[in-house]
Parts: sequence; structure tokens; C-alpha cells
Amino acid sequence: MSTIQFDNPLERRAAASLGMWAFLATEVMFFGPLFMGYVHGRIAQHAAFAEGSHHMHIVLGTLNTAILLTSSFTMALAVHASQQGRSSFRTWLGLTALLGLAFLGIKGSEYWMEAGEVSKASGPVLKFYFLYFAMTGLHAVHLSIGVVLVGWLWRGAKLYGRDYYSPIEVAGLYWHFVDIVWVFLYPMFYLIERYAK
Amino acid sequence: MSTPIEGPTPFAPQTSPPVPIRAPSPNWSGYLGEGYTLRSWLTTHDHKRIAVLYMVAITVFFFVGGAAATMMRLELATPAGDLVSAETYNKLFTIHGVVMVWFFLIPSIPSVLGNFLVPLMIGAKDMAFPRLNLASWYIYVLGGLFTAWALIEGGVDTGWTFYTPYSTKFSDTNVVLVILGVFIVGFSSILTGLNIIVTTHKLRAPGLTWFRLPLFIWANYATSIILLLATPVLAMTLTLVALERMFGIGVFDPALGGDPLLFQHLFWFYSHPAVYIMILPAMGVASEIIPCFARRTVFGYRFMCYAILGIASIGFLVWGHHMFVSGQSMYAGIVFSMLSFLVAIPSAIKVFNWTATLYKGSILFTAPMLYALGFVGLFTIGGMTGLFLASLALDVTLTDTYFVIAHFHYIMVGGSVMAYLGAIHFWWPKISGRMYPEMLARIAALTIFFGFNMTFFPQYLLGWLGMPRRYHEYPPEFQLLNVFSSTGAAVLAVGYLLPLFYLGWSLFYGRRAPANPWGATGLEWQTDSPPPKHNFEAEPVVTRGPYEYDPVR
Repeated sequence: MSTIQFDNPLERRAAASLGMWAFLATEVMFFGPLFMGYVHGRIAQHAAFAEGSHHMHIVLGTLNTAILLTSSFTMALAVHASQQGRSSFRTWLGLTALLGLAFLGIKGSEYWMEAGEVSKASGPVLKFYFLYFAMTGLHAVHLSIGVVLVGWLWRGAKLYGRDYYSPIEVAGLYWHFVDIVWVFLYPMFYLIERYAK
Repeated sequence: MSTPIEGPTPFAPQTSPPVPIRAPSPNWSGYLGEGYTLRSWLTTHDHKRIAVLYMVAITVFFFVGGAAATMMRLELATPAGDLVSAETYNKLFTIHGVVMVWFFLIPSIPSVLGNFLVPLMIGAKDMAFPRLNLASWYIYVLGGLFTAWALIEGGVDTGWTFYTPYSTKFSDTNVVLVILGVFIVGFSSILTGLNIIVTTHKLRAPGLTWFRLPLFIWANYATSIILLLATPVLAMTLTLVALERMFGIGVFDPALGGDPLLFQHLFWFYSHPAVYIMILPAMGVASEIIPCFARRTVFGYRFMCYAILGIASIGFLVWGHHMFVSGQSMYAGIVFSMLSFLVAIPSAIKVFNWTATLYKGSILFTAPMLYALGFVGLFTIGGMTGLFLASLALDVTLTDTYFVIAHFHYIMVGGSVMAYLGAIHFWWPKISGRMYPEMLARIAALTIFFGFNMTFFPQYLLGWLGMPRRYHEYPPEFQLLNVFSSTGAAVLAVGYLLPLFYLGWSLFYGRRAPANPWGATGLEWQTDSPPPKHNFEAEPVVTRGPYEYDPVR
């Protein structure tokens, strides 16, 4: 790979990092219209959204939240280890990818169970379900890309070390972003008026 | 008119150039000589070659969109709807809008000249992410193919705005296919914007501080921020339209508790900033050309920078002025109207500063200068009539009339396209290594200026008289002005075809260009024409501001 445009590795690392931050800004705006659609529905059809929320599998959703937060922790450890030049970063990367896969598996089983209920829903509740599938689905697509990315870094772990770790750092930024999106999605879909029951 | 340009250096050389002017290298072909095969072009990572790829692609789309406009003007030459049916006419204005906005105007200056000039102007060897840069071109082509496919399948009739519920429930044309094309091409703009941002931040030459950057860089930087923050909103909004059309999911459908107005908010949240995506780079171009041919430093450099940032930020807050009659809250309308007036202030600062730059300058009416001056005048007219439309009460009568059409064509065509053509001429020696035929280029510039005004000024009057947009027939009393407009369009078409031929001719027969034919101060003129693969033989060091032209000769 030609890197002639950079004067030194430091500049290259800074460019990669800024590039990822800029990309994440785009990502936030990409999710934006879905959040707007949600806010509109949540205000205009509050009761329907609360009803839809009660159909969610809250145990699986909470478990998934725990899994994803843990994966962010292991990702942070991977970045830290690679910056310190410790080879343990490979283990942490592997664990991160596995946790991501576990999340996707659980999410898939939730979808499987919910498919039947959707066919019974109508009107604004259907809209709730749609937003749920669209937003968690888009999140799952992002997470899948993250898993592939982290798996790819894991496979090519030989390339990275104290001198060159910016790919791991940048993948970490992306991973945390995907995690943060879920931190918003979880209460939005699983926790509407749960206290009422 | 002043003396035509002859000889290698028409201007007195700078007394103290920022970087010593190098002797012309024996290798005249520069980056163009790095490979002559198609493969060498299609696999290049060189930002200059990618810029040329973009130039070819958007030129194709420009003439596709232009052909649709030609058909529309032919139809409107007579009051009766006799040339095409109403359905075909709907498809014509839709494809004209979609192609011109997303496949020509938005990528025009940032992706062609931004790509070519940003690294050169900041003294870098390439963009920060060269492979991403090439990928963005392929994404553009892929989006273009989908749109072309939709065209072949019979087109689409929603208008470029895809308003719901027509686009989601009633239109029986290829909405989803076109949305897919626009969705894809959006990511090409996003990646170009991302590249420009990172390149500007990280790859500036030593000594090139932010307030020594050429205004073209400032303009493209601000544009890139808008590209990055606004385009993804459009991508998701159009995805929702497509999903709604295919699965009936209800975000915009009142039957399921959705809201069609939500679509308009989201669409214009993107599409108003998109107007600034099209005009800011054009302002950057004018800010390069005018100081050069007035031989003066730009007036109020810092305020030019602040004005660019001001336009880019306020531009995000005015989208509601497209929706004054949509049924949005009256109070929202008042706020949006006020903010729209506010955005006129930085725009006016720029116009005054360009004018003040000319004052006591030694003005040379070269072809790029003609385009730049045309840009300033037409942008001013377009901007002033924009204030009419920003006024709530006036907008109620003018909405959806030809007044609106004339207004935004003065900005988009009179502004952006003039600036794009000015830029192509100004930097043509750098891009191709050849001089274009100056007299022919001046004739083309004037033809375009007169053709443009003849096409679009009557449309202001038509709109004022109440002719609505998007109809293929009209009452006979509007015919005279429409015939003026159609005749102007024919002149304009000739004007646009001329550069295609003489620039093509100059590629092979034009005089070899020296490194700095205009005696300009930018870093891009301190290297060969065309530049070598990695732009500079040695990394330039910058010791002064961007427009330090010597006082009038």
C-alpha cells in the first residue's frame, strides 16, 4: 500500500483516526431520520408504542445489552494491549468478535420469535414493529461489519504492534459507536412504560 | 477588452514568489504520461487522474440532463401540450432534476476540481486516502448505472423531490430504482467529502496555516462538512420511501400514524444544505479567479473565511422555507423566514468583497474572468430573488411558480455552472498541460451568459404573472415569454457545446502551457503543467498568505 502522501507514521495514524471520526459523524446522521421517525411516532402514538414495547423479549434484550457492553470492554483492552505492544491484543480481538457473534445470534432468535407477532399487529403498532426491525436491523448490519472487521484484524495480527496499531484503534472507534447506538435502541424499544406491568 | 494572451508569460513575473519557479521539466506529460492504457486510468490512485475520471463522467450526465431540459423547452415553445404527453413531461423534469442535482452539480466542483486541486493547493502529494478516492468514483458510476437503468426502464415521474405520498403510493414508475441510484451516488459524495476534510487537516505543507489557505480550500472544506452531515440524512430518508413503497411500513403514511410532512422536513434538511454544497465551491472558484485577473489580493480575506463558515452553518437551519405552504406551524415559518434572511448576510459579504477586490484592480477580461464576473452578477440576482421567496407572505403567491424555477436556476446554473466552467478554463492549463483557444473561450462565455439570461429572466416574469411549474401546457398569454425562454435555451445549448469541442481540440493541438500561465500565486502554479505524479519535486514551504499579488502593474 502506497503511503507516500504521509510524511511520517504519526501523520498517517492521525489521518486514519480523523477519517474514522468523520465517518462516524456521517453514521450518526445516517441513523438520524429513523430516530426522527421514532420520535414522531412515540409522541403521536404513544399508547401503541407502549403496547408494542410489551411484546419485546426483555430478558434477551437485556442479556444482549450486557454482552455488547462487555464486548466494548474487550475491544478497549485490545486497543490498549496493542498500543503497549503486548501480543494479548489478539485474544481480546477474538473475544470481541465472539461476543459480537453471540449478540447477533440472540438478536436473530428474537427476530424469529417476533415474526409471528408482527403478522397479528396492525396500525401504529405495526409502525412500531417496523421501526424496531429497521433500526435494530441496521444496527445488526453495522455490527456484522464490525465482526468481520475485527475478525480480519485478528487473522492478520502479525502486522500490528507498538509501531503500527492504528487499524485496531480505528476499528475500536467503530465498535464503540455501534455499541453506543444499541445503548439508545435498548431503552427506546424494550423499556417503554415497563413499570406499568 | 484588453490584449489577448500570447506568449508563455503574459503577466510580469512575481517579484517574490512563495516558492522559486522551477525551470520547465523536459517531461511535458507529467501525471498524464504515467500510463496511456485504459487500465492505467481505471486502477489509478492519483487524485489528479481520479479528478479527470470524474470530469468525464459528470460531463456525460450534464448532457443527459441537458437533453431532458431541451425537450422540456421545446414542449413549452407552444401553449398546447403537443410534443410530449403530460406523463412524459413529468418524467423529463424528474430526470432533469435528478441527473443535474446528484450526478452533475453536487460532484461538479468538489469531485472534479476539489480532487484535482486540494492536494496541489496545500502542497500535498495526494489525498489522505487515495484508494477510498478511487472507490468513490466507482460508487458514483454504479449509482449512475442504476439511474441509467431506471431511465431505460421508462423513467420516473415524482420530480426530483420524491414527495410522499405520491412517491410511496401512487406513482407507477421506477421510483425504487432511481432512489437506489441516488442512495448509492450519495456515498460517493460522502467519501469525497471525508477525504477532503482529512486531507485539509493533516496534509498541509509546512507554514500553510489555516488563514493562509486559499479560499477555494476553505469553500471545499465547508462543503465537505455539509456533504458529510447532510447526505446520510437523504440516504436514510429515501430508504424509508423505498421501504414504504415496497412494504407499506407507515413512517410517512397517515393511515398507520405516519406523517407525510416528516418526509418533507427530512428531505429538505438535506436538500437545502445541498444548495450550499453546490454554491460554496463555486464561491471558492470565484475567489481564486477574481484576485488573479484583477491583480489584487482578495478584499477582506478573513471575512471571506467566516462568511463561508457562516453560510455552511446557517444553511443547516433554513430548510423550512421550502415548506411555508405545506401546513407546518406558522411560528416555525416565521423562524425559518428569519433565518433565511440571515443567511443572506454572509452571502452579501462575499459579493461585496469580490466587488471590492476589483476596485482599482488591473482587470483582464480573460475567459475564466468572464465566467467569474458572470457568476457574481447572476448569483446576486438569484440571491436577491431568494429574499423574495424567504418572505412568508410573498412566498405564498410565488410558491410552485416559475419564479422559483428562475430563482434557483440563477443560483445553480448562473452561479454553479458558470463557476464550474470558469474553473475548468482557469485550471485547464494545469489539468491538460495545454492552453485553450482564448478568443473562442471568451465567445463561449458570453454566449452562455446571454443565453442563460434569455432563458431564465423571462421565467421570473412568468412566475410573477402566475405560471405554475411542472405543467406541459399553459394559457396562450404566456407564450411570448416562453418563446423567449426557449430561444434562450437554444443559445445556451450552443454555448455549452462550444467548450466541449474547443477543449477537446486543445487537448491535442493546444499550445503547451507553462507552469504558471496566469502569473497566479497559488501553490498549484508552482509545479509543472501538468504536474508530475506526486505533484511537487520538493515539498513546498509557505511563508505568506494566499493572494499576495503585486500592486497594479
